[in-house]
Amino acid sequence: MTALSALIRRDIRIALRVGGGALIGVLFFLTVVVLMPFAVGPDLALLSRLGPAILWLGALLASLLTLDRLFMADHEDGSLDLITMSRTPLELACAAKALAHWLAAGLPLIVATPVLGLLLNLDMVSTGAVALTLLAGTPALTFTGMIGAALAVTLHRGGLLMAVLVLPLSIPVLIFGVAASQAVIVGPMNFGAPFSILCALSLVSLVVGPFAAAASLRHGLD
Amino acid sequence: MSGLNQGKMQLSGRGVICVRGGREVFSGLDFEAVSGEAVAVTGRNGSGKTSLLRLIAGLLIPAGGTIALDGGEAEMTLPEQCHYLGHRDALKPALSVVENLSFWADFLGGERNDAAESLATVGLDHATDLPAGFLSAGQRRRLSLARLLTVRRPVWLLDEPTNALDVAGQDMFGGLMREHLARGGMIVAATHAPLGIDSRELRIGGMA
Repeated sequence: MTALSALIRRDIRIALRVGGGALIGVLFFLTVVVLMPFAVGPDLALLSRLGPAILWLGALLASLLTLDRLFMADHEDGSLDLITMSRTPLELACAAKALAHWLAAGLPLIVATPVLGLLLNLDMVSTGAVALTLLAGTPALTFTGMIGAALAVTLHRGGLLMAVLVLPLSIPVLIFGVAASQAVIVGPMNFGAPFSILCALSLVSLVVGPFAAAASLRHGLD
Repeated sequence: MSGLNQGKMQLSGRGVICVRGGREVFSGLDFEAVSGEAVAVTGRNGSGKTSLLRLIAGLLIPAGGTIALDGGEAEMTLPEQCHYLGHRDALKPALSVVENLSFWADFLGGERNDAAESLATVGLDHATDLPAGFLSAGQRRRLSLARLLTVRRPVWLLDEPTNALDVAGQDMFGGLMREHLARGGMIVAATHAPLGIDSRELRIGGMA
Protein backbone atom coordinates (compact mmCIF):
# COMPACT_ATOMS: atom_id res chain seq x y z
CA MET A 1 0.00 0.00 0.00
CA THR A 2 2.88 2.39 0.80
CA ALA A 3 4.36 1.50 -2.55
CA LEU A 4 1.19 2.44 -4.43
CA SER A 5 0.58 5.65 -2.50
CA ALA A 6 4.23 6.60 -3.07
CA LEU A 7 3.76 6.07 -6.80
CA ILE A 8 0.54 8.12 -6.84
CA ARG A 9 2.11 10.95 -4.85
CA ARG A 10 5.18 11.00 -7.10
CA ASP A 11 3.16 11.15 -10.32
CA ILE A 12 0.87 13.89 -9.03
CA ARG A 13 3.85 15.87 -7.80
CA ILE A 14 5.57 15.62 -11.20
CA ALA A 15 2.36 16.60 -13.00
CA LEU A 16 1.91 19.69 -10.84
CA ARG A 17 5.52 20.88 -11.12
CA VAL A 18 6.69 23.18 -13.91
CA GLY A 19 6.64 21.26 -17.17
CA GLY A 20 4.22 18.66 -15.83
CA GLY A 21 1.10 17.91 -17.80
CA ALA A 22 -1.68 18.83 -15.38
CA LEU A 23 -2.14 22.47 -16.37
CA ILE A 24 -1.66 21.88 -20.08
CA GLY A 25 -4.78 19.71 -20.21
CA VAL A 26 -6.96 22.30 -18.51
CA LEU A 27 -5.63 25.12 -20.66
CA PHE A 28 -6.27 23.08 -23.80
CA PHE A 29 -9.80 22.34 -22.59
CA LEU A 30 -10.42 26.05 -21.94
CA THR A 31 -9.06 27.02 -25.35
CA VAL A 32 -11.10 24.50 -27.30
CA VAL A 33 -14.34 25.38 -25.53
CA VAL A 34 -13.76 29.13 -25.70
CA LEU A 35 -13.21 28.88 -29.45
CA MET A 36 -16.55 27.13 -30.00
CA PRO A 37 -18.90 30.11 -29.50
CA PHE A 38 -16.82 32.05 -32.02
CA ALA A 39 -17.08 29.25 -34.55
CA VAL A 40 -20.77 28.52 -34.04
CA GLY A 41 -21.85 32.15 -33.88
CA PRO A 42 -24.18 34.04 -31.52
CA ASP A 43 -27.08 31.57 -31.72
CA LEU A 44 -27.70 30.96 -28.02
CA ALA A 45 -30.21 28.16 -28.49
CA LEU A 46 -27.85 26.29 -30.78
CA LEU A 47 -24.96 26.79 -28.34
CA SER A 48 -26.84 25.37 -25.41
CA ARG A 49 -27.99 22.43 -27.52
CA LEU A 50 -24.39 21.70 -28.59
CA GLY A 51 -22.97 22.55 -25.15
CA PRO A 52 -22.69 19.07 -23.61
CA ALA A 53 -21.18 17.63 -26.78
CA ILE A 54 -18.60 20.40 -26.95
CA LEU A 55 -17.67 20.01 -23.30
CA TRP A 56 -17.39 16.24 -23.67
CA LEU A 57 -15.25 16.46 -26.82
CA GLY A 58 -13.02 19.05 -25.19
CA ALA A 59 -12.58 16.89 -22.09
CA LEU A 60 -11.90 13.80 -24.20
CA LEU A 61 -9.17 15.48 -26.24
CA ALA A 62 -7.68 17.21 -23.20
CA SER A 63 -7.42 13.97 -21.25
CA LEU A 64 -5.74 12.26 -24.22
CA LEU A 65 -3.28 15.11 -24.60
CA THR A 66 -0.99 14.08 -21.75
CA LEU A 67 -1.93 10.41 -21.59
CA ASP A 68 0.65 9.20 -24.13
CA ARG A 69 3.41 10.19 -21.69
CA LEU A 70 1.90 8.01 -18.95
CA PHE A 71 4.38 5.17 -19.45
CA MET A 72 6.67 6.70 -22.05
CA ALA A 73 8.39 9.03 -19.60
CA ASP A 74 9.03 6.19 -17.16
CA HIS A 75 10.23 4.00 -20.01
CA GLU A 76 12.71 6.57 -21.25
CA ASP A 77 14.38 7.23 -17.92
CA GLY A 78 14.48 3.59 -16.83
CA SER A 79 11.90 3.89 -14.04
CA LEU A 80 9.66 1.40 -15.79
CA ASP A 81 12.38 -1.28 -15.49
CA LEU A 82 12.48 -0.84 -11.73
CA ILE A 83 8.69 -0.74 -11.49
CA THR A 84 8.48 -4.01 -13.45
CA MET A 85 11.09 -5.66 -11.20
CA SER A 86 9.54 -4.46 -7.95
CA ARG A 87 7.50 -6.41 -5.43
CA THR A 88 4.35 -4.52 -6.42
CA PRO A 89 2.30 -6.34 -9.08
CA LEU A 90 2.55 -4.48 -12.38
CA GLU A 91 -1.27 -4.39 -12.69
CA LEU A 92 -1.58 -2.45 -9.43
CA ALA A 93 1.25 -0.12 -10.40
CA CYS A 94 -0.55 0.59 -13.71
CA ALA A 95 -3.81 1.28 -11.87
CA ALA A 96 -2.00 3.61 -9.47
CA LYS A 97 -0.41 5.52 -12.33
CA ALA A 98 -3.75 5.88 -14.11
CA LEU A 99 -5.41 7.05 -10.90
CA ALA A 100 -2.67 9.63 -10.38
CA HIS A 101 -3.11 10.81 -13.96
CA TRP A 102 -6.86 11.15 -13.48
CA LEU A 103 -6.42 13.08 -10.22
CA ALA A 104 -3.88 15.45 -11.77
CA ALA A 105 -5.31 15.86 -15.26
CA GLY A 106 -8.94 14.65 -15.21
CA LEU A 107 -10.28 16.22 -12.03
CA PRO A 108 -9.25 19.79 -12.97
CA LEU A 109 -11.30 19.43 -16.17
CA ILE A 110 -14.40 18.71 -14.11
CA VAL A 111 -13.69 21.65 -11.84
CA ALA A 112 -13.37 23.92 -14.90
CA THR A 113 -16.68 22.74 -16.40
CA PRO A 114 -19.01 25.16 -14.53
CA VAL A 115 -17.02 28.15 -15.77
CA LEU A 116 -17.11 26.91 -19.33
CA GLY A 117 -20.83 26.15 -19.07
CA LEU A 118 -21.42 29.91 -18.85
CA LEU A 119 -19.73 30.41 -22.21
CA LEU A 120 -22.00 27.82 -23.79
CA ASN A 121 -25.23 29.28 -22.38
CA LEU A 122 -25.87 26.31 -20.11
CA ASP A 123 -27.90 26.91 -16.96
CA MET A 124 -26.89 25.67 -13.50
CA VAL A 125 -28.73 22.36 -13.73
CA SER A 126 -27.36 21.48 -17.16
CA THR A 127 -23.81 22.41 -16.19
CA GLY A 128 -24.15 20.28 -13.08
CA ALA A 129 -25.38 17.39 -15.20
CA VAL A 130 -22.44 17.67 -17.59
CA ALA A 131 -19.99 17.90 -14.69
CA LEU A 132 -21.56 14.83 -13.10
CA THR A 133 -21.35 12.81 -16.31
CA LEU A 134 -17.72 13.90 -16.73
CA LEU A 135 -17.00 12.82 -13.17
CA ALA A 136 -18.47 9.40 -13.91
CA GLY A 137 -17.06 9.08 -17.43
CA THR A 138 -13.51 10.49 -17.42
CA PRO A 139 -12.09 7.56 -15.38
CA ALA A 140 -13.15 5.34 -18.29
CA LEU A 141 -11.26 7.61 -20.70
CA THR A 142 -8.11 7.47 -18.57
CA PHE A 143 -8.22 3.74 -17.91
CA THR A 144 -8.90 2.74 -21.52
CA GLY A 145 -6.39 5.34 -22.68
CA MET A 146 -3.83 3.67 -20.46
CA ILE A 147 -3.97 0.59 -22.71
CA GLY A 148 -3.01 2.74 -25.66
CA ALA A 149 -0.25 4.39 -23.62
CA ALA A 150 1.18 0.98 -22.77
CA LEU A 151 1.00 -0.13 -26.41
CA ALA A 152 2.78 3.07 -27.44
CA VAL A 153 5.70 2.01 -25.21
CA THR A 154 5.66 -1.51 -26.61
CA LEU A 155 5.64 -0.34 -30.21
CA HIS A 156 8.06 2.55 -29.63
CA ARG A 157 5.63 5.03 -31.15
CA GLY A 158 4.02 7.82 -29.25
CA GLY A 159 1.63 10.59 -30.04
CA LEU A 160 -0.60 9.94 -32.99
CA LEU A 161 -0.66 6.16 -32.76
CA MET A 162 -2.02 6.55 -29.28
CA ALA A 163 -4.89 8.77 -30.50
CA VAL A 164 -5.72 6.35 -33.31
CA LEU A 165 -5.82 3.42 -30.88
CA VAL A 166 -7.67 5.06 -28.07
CA LEU A 167 -10.26 7.31 -29.71
CA PRO A 168 -12.35 4.40 -31.09
CA LEU A 169 -12.42 2.84 -27.63
CA SER A 170 -13.80 6.03 -26.16
CA ILE A 171 -16.81 6.20 -28.52
CA PRO A 172 -19.21 4.40 -26.13
CA VAL A 173 -18.19 6.68 -23.27
CA LEU A 174 -18.79 9.71 -25.45
CA ILE A 175 -22.20 8.47 -26.60
CA PHE A 176 -23.55 7.76 -23.15
CA GLY A 177 -21.90 10.77 -21.54
CA VAL A 178 -23.50 13.17 -23.98
CA ALA A 179 -26.80 11.25 -23.95
CA ALA A 180 -27.08 11.54 -20.17
CA SER A 181 -26.33 15.27 -20.27
CA GLN A 182 -28.81 15.84 -23.11
CA ALA A 183 -31.45 13.95 -21.17
CA VAL A 184 -31.32 16.62 -18.46
CA ILE A 185 -31.22 19.56 -20.87
CA VAL A 186 -33.73 18.70 -23.59
CA GLY A 187 -35.40 15.49 -22.40
CA PRO A 188 -37.47 13.42 -23.01
CA MET A 189 -35.27 10.45 -22.09
CA ASN A 190 -34.57 9.90 -18.44
CA PHE A 191 -31.13 10.60 -17.02
CA GLY A 192 -30.76 7.32 -15.14
CA ALA A 193 -30.37 4.83 -17.98
CA PRO A 194 -27.49 6.40 -19.94
CA PHE A 195 -25.83 7.50 -16.69
CA SER A 196 -25.88 3.97 -15.31
CA ILE A 197 -24.32 2.65 -18.50
CA LEU A 198 -21.67 5.37 -18.27
CA CYS A 199 -20.84 4.29 -14.70
CA ALA A 200 -20.73 0.67 -15.84
CA LEU A 201 -18.28 1.57 -18.63
CA SER A 202 -16.04 3.25 -16.06
CA LEU A 203 -16.17 0.26 -13.74
CA VAL A 204 -15.36 -2.17 -16.55
CA SER A 205 -12.42 -0.07 -17.70
CA LEU A 206 -11.17 0.13 -14.10
CA VAL A 207 -10.82 -3.64 -14.17
CA VAL A 208 -9.81 -4.28 -17.77
CA GLY A 209 -7.44 -1.32 -18.21
CA PRO A 210 -4.74 -2.23 -15.67
CA PHE A 211 -4.64 -5.88 -16.75
CA ALA A 212 -4.43 -5.04 -20.46
CA ALA A 213 -1.81 -2.34 -19.89
CA ALA A 214 0.33 -4.59 -17.67
CA ALA A 215 0.08 -7.43 -20.19
CA SER A 216 1.15 -5.08 -22.96
CA LEU A 217 4.09 -3.73 -20.95
CA ARG A 218 5.25 -7.24 -20.05
CA HIS A 219 4.96 -8.36 -23.64
CA GLY A 220 7.00 -5.41 -24.80
CA LEU A 221 9.90 -5.92 -22.39
CA ASP A 222 13.23 -5.35 -23.98
CA MET B 1 21.24 -6.60 8.20
CA SER B 2 19.36 -9.76 9.04
CA GLY B 3 17.73 -9.86 5.62
CA LEU B 4 21.01 -10.62 3.93
CA ASN B 5 22.49 -13.10 6.34
CA GLN B 6 19.99 -15.90 5.98
CA GLY B 7 22.59 -18.37 4.83
CA LYS B 8 24.41 -19.01 1.64
CA MET B 9 22.78 -17.91 -1.59
CA GLN B 10 23.70 -19.02 -5.04
CA LEU B 11 22.82 -17.37 -8.32
CA SER B 12 23.26 -19.68 -11.26
CA GLY B 13 22.50 -19.78 -14.95
CA ARG B 14 22.54 -22.91 -17.08
CA GLY B 15 22.69 -22.93 -20.85
CA VAL B 16 21.22 -19.44 -21.12
CA ILE B 17 20.39 -18.37 -24.66
CA CYS B 18 19.72 -14.74 -25.49
CA VAL B 19 18.03 -13.72 -28.74
CA ARG B 20 17.42 -10.08 -29.52
CA GLY B 21 15.83 -8.74 -32.66
CA GLY B 22 16.03 -12.21 -34.26
CA ARG B 23 19.80 -12.38 -33.73
CA GLU B 24 21.37 -14.79 -31.28
CA VAL B 25 23.53 -12.70 -28.95
CA PHE B 26 24.98 -15.59 -26.96
CA SER B 27 24.04 -19.17 -26.28
CA GLY B 28 24.89 -21.95 -23.88
CA LEU B 29 26.10 -19.49 -21.25
CA ASP B 30 26.75 -20.95 -17.79
CA PHE B 31 27.54 -18.75 -14.82
CA GLU B 32 27.29 -18.77 -11.09
CA ALA B 33 27.88 -16.54 -8.13
CA VAL B 34 27.63 -17.22 -4.41
CA SER B 35 27.15 -14.94 -1.42
CA GLY B 36 30.04 -12.57 -0.95
CA GLU B 37 31.22 -12.90 -4.50
CA ALA B 38 31.44 -10.40 -7.35
CA VAL B 39 31.31 -11.40 -10.99
CA ALA B 40 32.70 -9.01 -13.57
CA VAL B 41 31.05 -9.61 -16.93
CA THR B 42 33.40 -8.59 -19.72
CA GLY B 43 33.32 -8.79 -23.48
CA ARG B 44 33.43 -6.53 -26.50
CA ASN B 45 30.65 -4.07 -27.33
CA GLY B 46 27.52 -5.87 -28.39
CA SER B 47 28.56 -9.18 -26.86
CA GLY B 48 25.51 -9.15 -24.59
CA LYS B 49 26.72 -7.88 -21.22
CA THR B 50 23.73 -5.64 -20.66
CA SER B 51 21.42 -8.33 -22.05
CA LEU B 52 22.75 -10.79 -19.48
CA LEU B 53 22.03 -8.37 -16.65
CA ARG B 54 18.54 -7.73 -17.99
CA LEU B 55 17.93 -11.46 -18.29
CA ILE B 56 18.83 -11.89 -14.61
CA ALA B 57 16.65 -8.90 -13.73
CA GLY B 58 13.71 -10.50 -15.52
CA LEU B 59 13.53 -7.60 -17.98
CA LEU B 60 14.28 -9.95 -20.90
CA ILE B 61 12.97 -13.44 -21.34
CA PRO B 62 15.67 -16.03 -22.07
CA ALA B 63 15.16 -17.95 -25.31
CA GLY B 64 16.46 -21.03 -23.54
CA GLY B 65 18.13 -22.19 -20.34
CA THR B 66 17.40 -21.26 -16.75
CA ILE B 67 18.46 -18.61 -14.28
CA ALA B 68 17.77 -19.26 -10.60
CA LEU B 69 18.61 -18.00 -7.16
CA ASP B 70 18.92 -20.65 -4.43
CA GLY B 71 18.81 -19.81 -0.77
CA GLY B 72 17.17 -16.41 -1.08
CA GLU B 73 13.80 -15.51 0.36
CA ALA B 74 11.57 -18.33 -0.76
CA GLU B 75 8.40 -16.38 -1.51
CA MET B 76 10.10 -13.83 -3.73
CA THR B 77 11.15 -14.06 -7.36
CA LEU B 78 14.71 -13.37 -8.43
CA PRO B 79 14.01 -9.88 -9.85
CA GLU B 80 12.34 -8.88 -6.58
CA GLN B 81 15.62 -9.56 -4.78
CA CYS B 82 17.75 -7.63 -7.25
CA HIS B 83 18.89 -4.07 -7.61
CA TYR B 84 19.36 -3.05 -11.22
CA LEU B 85 21.58 -0.10 -11.98
CA GLY B 86 21.39 0.49 -15.71
CA HIS B 87 22.49 3.17 -18.12
CA ARG B 88 19.28 5.00 -17.49
CA ASP B 89 19.15 6.23 -13.94
CA ALA B 90 15.40 6.28 -13.18
CA LEU B 91 15.50 9.82 -11.82
CA LYS B 92 12.84 12.45 -12.38
CA PRO B 93 14.34 15.85 -13.21
CA ALA B 94 11.37 17.71 -11.68
CA LEU B 95 11.77 16.08 -8.25
CA SER B 96 14.46 16.97 -5.75
CA VAL B 97 17.29 14.61 -4.85
CA VAL B 98 15.67 13.50 -1.61
CA GLU B 99 12.22 13.16 -3.22
CA ASN B 100 13.66 10.87 -5.89
CA LEU B 101 15.41 8.73 -3.34
CA SER B 102 12.57 8.47 -0.87
CA PHE B 103 10.13 7.61 -3.65
CA TRP B 104 12.21 4.59 -4.64
CA ALA B 105 12.68 3.63 -1.00
CA ASP B 106 8.91 3.72 -0.42
CA PHE B 107 8.05 2.06 -3.70
CA LEU B 108 10.61 -0.73 -3.64
CA GLY B 109 9.89 -1.48 0.00
CA GLY B 110 11.53 -4.12 2.14
CA GLU B 111 14.27 -3.49 4.64
CA ARG B 112 15.67 0.01 4.37
CA ASN B 113 18.30 2.36 5.65
CA ASP B 114 18.02 6.03 6.40
CA ALA B 115 17.87 8.02 3.13
CA ALA B 116 19.78 11.00 4.56
CA GLU B 117 22.57 8.70 5.70
CA SER B 118 22.87 7.11 2.25
CA LEU B 119 23.03 10.55 0.64
CA ALA B 120 25.84 11.49 3.02
CA THR B 121 27.70 8.29 2.15
CA VAL B 122 27.60 9.01 -1.58
CA GLY B 123 28.48 12.65 -1.02
CA LEU B 124 25.22 14.32 -2.00
CA ASP B 125 24.13 15.58 1.43
CA HIS B 126 24.79 19.19 0.36
CA ALA B 127 22.30 18.96 -2.51
CA THR B 128 19.29 17.18 -1.03
CA ASP B 129 16.74 19.82 -2.07
CA LEU B 130 18.16 20.44 -5.52
CA PRO B 131 15.96 19.22 -8.40
CA ALA B 132 17.61 16.16 -9.95
CA GLY B 133 17.53 17.89 -13.34
CA PHE B 134 20.40 20.12 -12.20
CA LEU B 135 22.71 17.27 -11.22
CA SER B 136 25.80 16.41 -13.26
CA ALA B 137 26.18 12.94 -14.75
CA GLY B 138 28.46 11.88 -11.90
CA GLN B 139 26.06 13.21 -9.29
CA ARG B 140 23.17 11.37 -10.92
CA ARG B 141 25.17 8.18 -10.74
CA ARG B 142 25.89 8.85 -7.05
CA LEU B 143 22.18 9.36 -6.44
CA SER B 144 21.45 6.01 -8.11
CA LEU B 145 24.04 4.42 -5.83
CA ALA B 146 22.24 5.91 -2.85
CA ARG B 147 19.20 3.90 -3.93
CA LEU B 148 21.22 0.68 -3.65
CA LEU B 149 22.20 1.65 -0.11
CA THR B 150 18.79 2.84 1.06
CA VAL B 151 16.87 -0.23 -0.06
CA ARG B 152 18.47 -3.55 0.79
CA ARG B 153 18.63 -6.21 -1.88
CA PRO B 154 21.00 -9.21 -1.84
CA VAL B 155 21.82 -9.14 -5.57
CA TRP B 156 23.24 -6.06 -7.25
CA LEU B 157 23.16 -5.99 -11.05
CA LEU B 158 25.40 -3.16 -12.19
CA ASP B 159 25.81 -1.99 -15.76
CA GLU B 160 29.04 -0.01 -16.18
CA PRO B 161 28.68 1.24 -12.60
CA THR B 162 31.77 3.43 -12.55
CA ASN B 163 30.77 5.43 -15.64
CA ALA B 164 30.89 9.17 -14.99
CA LEU B 165 32.25 8.74 -11.46
CA ASP B 166 35.39 10.67 -10.56
CA VAL B 167 38.38 8.97 -8.91
CA ALA B 168 37.15 9.68 -5.40
CA GLY B 169 33.71 8.42 -6.41
CA GLN B 170 35.17 5.18 -7.75
CA ASP B 171 37.04 4.64 -4.46
CA MET B 172 33.87 5.33 -2.50
CA PHE B 173 31.94 2.91 -4.71
CA GLY B 174 34.63 0.23 -4.29
CA GLY B 175 34.18 0.54 -0.54
CA LEU B 176 30.39 0.23 -0.86
CA MET B 177 30.71 -2.92 -2.97
CA ARG B 178 33.14 -4.49 -0.49
CA GLU B 179 30.71 -3.74 2.36
CA HIS B 180 27.85 -5.27 0.38
CA LEU B 181 29.87 -8.44 -0.28
CA ALA B 182 30.99 -8.64 3.35
CA ARG B 183 27.32 -8.65 4.38
CA GLY B 184 26.77 -11.67 2.16
CA GLY B 185 25.42 -9.94 -0.90
CA MET B 186 26.49 -10.64 -4.43
CA ILE B 187 27.32 -8.46 -7.39
CA VAL B 188 27.12 -9.06 -11.12
CA ALA B 189 28.66 -6.14 -12.95
CA ALA B 190 29.11 -5.53 -16.66
CA THR B 191 32.26 -3.54 -17.05
CA HIS B 192 35.18 -2.52 -19.23
CA ALA B 193 37.20 -0.82 -16.53
CA PRO B 194 38.51 -2.75 -13.52
CA LEU B 195 35.87 -2.88 -10.81
CA GLY B 196 38.29 -2.05 -8.02
CA ILE B 197 37.39 -5.13 -5.99
CA ASP B 198 38.30 -8.81 -6.17
CA SER B 199 36.00 -10.41 -8.67
CA ARG B 200 35.59 -13.45 -10.80
CA GLU B 201 35.61 -12.74 -14.50
CA LEU B 202 32.92 -13.95 -16.84
CA ARG B 203 33.86 -13.33 -20.46
CA ILE B 204 31.08 -13.60 -22.98
CA GLY B 205 31.09 -13.53 -26.76
CA GLY B 206 34.54 -15.07 -27.29
CA MET B 207 37.78 -13.13 -27.08
CA ALA B 208 37.52 -9.41 -26.48
